[in-house]
Amino acid sequence: MPKAFLERFEKEVSIDAYGAYKLDASLILQALHVLYQNDGYTFLVDMTAIDYLHQPSALRRFAIVYLLRDRLFSNVITLKIDVDETLAIDSIASLFKSANWAEREIWDQYGIHFKNHPNLKRILNHKEFIGHPLRKDYPITQGQLCHKSDDLMDEMTPRLKRKGIESHDALMFLNLGPAHPASHGTIRTFVALESETIRCAISEIGYLHRGFEKSCENHTYNQIIPYTDRLNYCSAILNNIAFAHAVEGILGIELPDRAQFIRVIIGELSRMIDHLVCLAAILVDMGALTNYWYLYNPRESVYDLLSKLTGARLTNSYMRIGGMSHDLYEGFEHDLHVCLKAIDTGVGDTLTLIEHNRIFHDRTQNVGIISQEEAINRSLSGPNLRACGVAYDLRVNAPYYHYESFDFDMALGSVGDVYDRIMVRFEEIRQSKRIIEQAMKRLPQGAVCVADRSISLPPKHEVYGNIEGLMNQFKLVFEGVKVPPSESYRAIEGANGELGFFIVSDGSPKPYKVKVRPPCFYAMAAYPSIIEGGMIADAILSLGSLNIIAGELDR
Amino acid sequence: MAVGAEAIFGDSVITSTLESALSWARESSMWPYVFGTACCAIEFMSVASSKYDISRFGAEVVRFSPRQADLLIVAGTISYKQAPILKKIYDQMCEPKWVISAGACACSGGFYDNYTTLQGIDAIIPVDVYVAGCPPRPEAFLDALLAIQKIQADERLLDDRAKRVFKGRLDA
Repeated sequence: MPKAFLERFEKEVSIDAYGAYKLDASLILQALHVLYQNDGYTFLVDMTAIDYLHQPSALRRFAIVYLLRDRLFSNVITLKIDVDETLAIDSIASLFKSANWAEREIWDQYGIHFKNHPNLKRILNHKEFIGHPLRKDYPITQGQLCHKSDDLMDEMTPRLKRKGIESHDALMFLNLGPAHPASHGTIRTFVALESETIRCAISEIGYLHRGFEKSCENHTYNQIIPYTDRLNYCSAILNNIAFAHAVEGILGIELPDRAQFIRVIIGELSRMIDHLVCLAAILVDMGALTNYWYLYNPRESVYDLLSKLTGARLTNSYMRIGGMSHDLYEGFEHDLHVCLKAIDTGVGDTLTLIEHNRIFHDRTQNVGIISQEEAINRSLSGPNLRACGVAYDLRVNAPYYHYESFDFDMALGSVGDVYDRIMVRFEEIRQSKRIIEQAMKRLPQGAVCVADRSISLPPKHEVYGNIEGLMNQFKLVFEGVKVPPSESYRAIEGANGELGFFIVSDGSPKPYKVKVRPPCFYAMAAYPSIIEGGMIADAILSLGSLNIIAGELDR
Repeated sequence: MAVGAEAIFGDSVITSTLESALSWARESSMWPYVFGTACCAIEFMSVASSKYDISRFGAEVVRFSPRQADLLIVAGTISYKQAPILKKIYDQMCEPKWVISAGACACSGGFYDNYTTLQGIDAIIPVDVYVAGCPPRPEAFLDALLAIQKIQADERLLDDRAKRVFKGRLDA
C-alpha cells in the first residue's frame, strides 16, 4: 500500500473498478514524486495509453496508465490518469529516465502530447507516417510507404551541444546498423566519433515494428498465442506463458499442478536456449567463433525436443489459455536429459576457453558499466539488472507456478559491466537446469488444462463421441474464450527480464487492448548512455550483452 | 564428328561459352548477404551451423557488405520503415545478383496484415525464389539455394538477367 501517497492525496485520489488509482492530470508529477520519495515506488514498470472510443461509458477518450513497482519489486500499483481534450499531459521523464521512450511511444501510437518532454518524436513508426495507428479509428491495414530514412541530425546536433560540442569538424558520423550483423538485424545506432571514441550516440528503433498490439485487437485470445511466439523468438514459449498467464489472471483460474510444472520445465528450457543464443552471438562479435558452435549446436538438440513436443522448432505456440495444447510425449524425459547434457557440455567447453582468458577479460571487464541507481531508474530488468547487483527476479520476488518451492540461486553481478552480464547468463543456465531437474522429479500426474469447458477444448473422444462435445469444440473455436471486463497487468520473469502484459478486456472474445512490457525496450533506451565515452568496439559488445531482440523491442 | 578444338584435342577438352563457364563456377560459390531481421534469421543461424552446414553447397562465405555479395537472402519481416534500407542494400550489390525471399513475412507480409508491414518484398525489389514457412526449416533454406543454382545453370546472364526490367514502389 502506498501509504504516504494515499495520505497526501486523500481527497484527490479514487480507486476505479479494476483497482487502479485515479487522479487528476495536473497532479501526476506531484503524485509520482510522493510515490518515489516516500513510498519507495522507484521502478517504472511500463506506461501506456488506452483509447476508450468504443467504450461509451468512459468520460474521456484517452487515459494514461502508469505501472510502478516498489523497492522490494513484489508489489505493482497502477495509476490511471484521464487525459482531457487538449490531449496533453506532463512528462515524467525528469523523474524516470525510462519514461522518455515510453512517452515517445504513446505520442507515436496514440497522439498524446507530453509537456516538457526533452525529445517528443516518433519512435516505432517512420518519419513520414501520418496519424496514430493504435487509435481505435485508425484502420488496421492502412499502411504508409516510407521513402527515406531519418538522418537523425535533429537529435544529434542538440545532444552534442548539450555536451558542449559546437563544431562538427573533428567528428566523424557513423551509422551502426540497422543492416549490420553486430547490430542484431534491425537496430540502428547513430554515433559521433572522435577517432574511435564515441562522443555522442542516438539509437533509433522501430525497424521491426510489426503491429503486434494492433493485431491483438482483432484476434481472439488463443489466436494471439502465435503472435506472442514472435516477440522474443529466441524463447518463444516464455512469451506464450507470459500472455496466457496474464489472461488466466483476468479469468481468475488456477492451472492444474501438472500444467504449472510443465510450464516451469519448458519455460526454463526456453530461458536456457535464449541465453545460449545471446552468449553465442556476443562471443562471435568478440571474434571468438569457436564458442558459437559450442553454444549454438546444443540448441539443435532442444529444437529436436520441441519439434516432437510442439511440431515446430522455433515458433512453438505450445501454450493455450487455461493450460497447453497437449501433454508431454512418451520418452520426453530421455530427450530432455539429452538436451541438458548437450547444453552442459557446450557451456563447459565455452567456459574452459574463456573463463581464464586474458583477452576475454580485457574486452569485457569494466566495459559498458551501468550503475544500480541508473539501471533501476531506466527500468532495466532480468539478467541486465541482476548484473548490476540488484536482486530482482520475479521468480523470487513475486513467485508464481510454485517457484518458491524450488531450490535455486539468483545469479548476481557486482559491477554491471559486459562481463557481469555474460557471466550472470552462464550462471542462470546452470540454475535453470537445477530447476528443471527438480521439477521433473516432482512432476505430478493429472490434467494439463483447466476443466472449465468455456476455456479449454473438450477431449477428442468427446468431440467425436457426442453432440455436446462437438458443439463445445465448435463454439469455443469459432467464438473464442470470453474474458470478463478488466484492466490488468501480470508478468513473469522472461529470459530478458520482466515480461508482462497489460490487457484491457471488455467481455468479448477479443481483447480491447494489449500492451506488452518488453524488457528489451528499456534496455535499448539505456544503451546510448552506456556507450557514450567508450570505444566503438566496446559498443558492439555492450549491445550484445544487453541481448536486444528486435521482435520484442519493436513489437 | 567433332569439329574445332575437340577435333584436335579429343576428349581432354570441353568447349563451352564463357558465360556458362562463369555460371558453372559461380554456382558453387555464392556469397550470401543475409538481410536477417527477425525469427527467420535465427533459423538461418541453424543453416550456417554444423548440423545443416550451408558450406556443403559452397555458400558459407556470408558477407556483410552488399558490395561483396551476389545473393541476397531476405529473412524476416520487412516493415515500411525498413523498406528503403532493403532497397539501398539491394542497389549496392553488383550485378549479377539473386534474391531469396525467405519466410512468410518477406514473401507476403505473413500474418502481419497491418499498417506497418510491407506486404511482400517483391513490391520493392525483384525476387528469384520464395521460401514458405514461418519460419522456414533449415532444409527449406538449402532447397532455395539449390533452386538459385538451378536458375544460374539455366539462365543466360547477358540475355536474360541483364535485360530484366523491374520497377518497384520505391523506384521514382
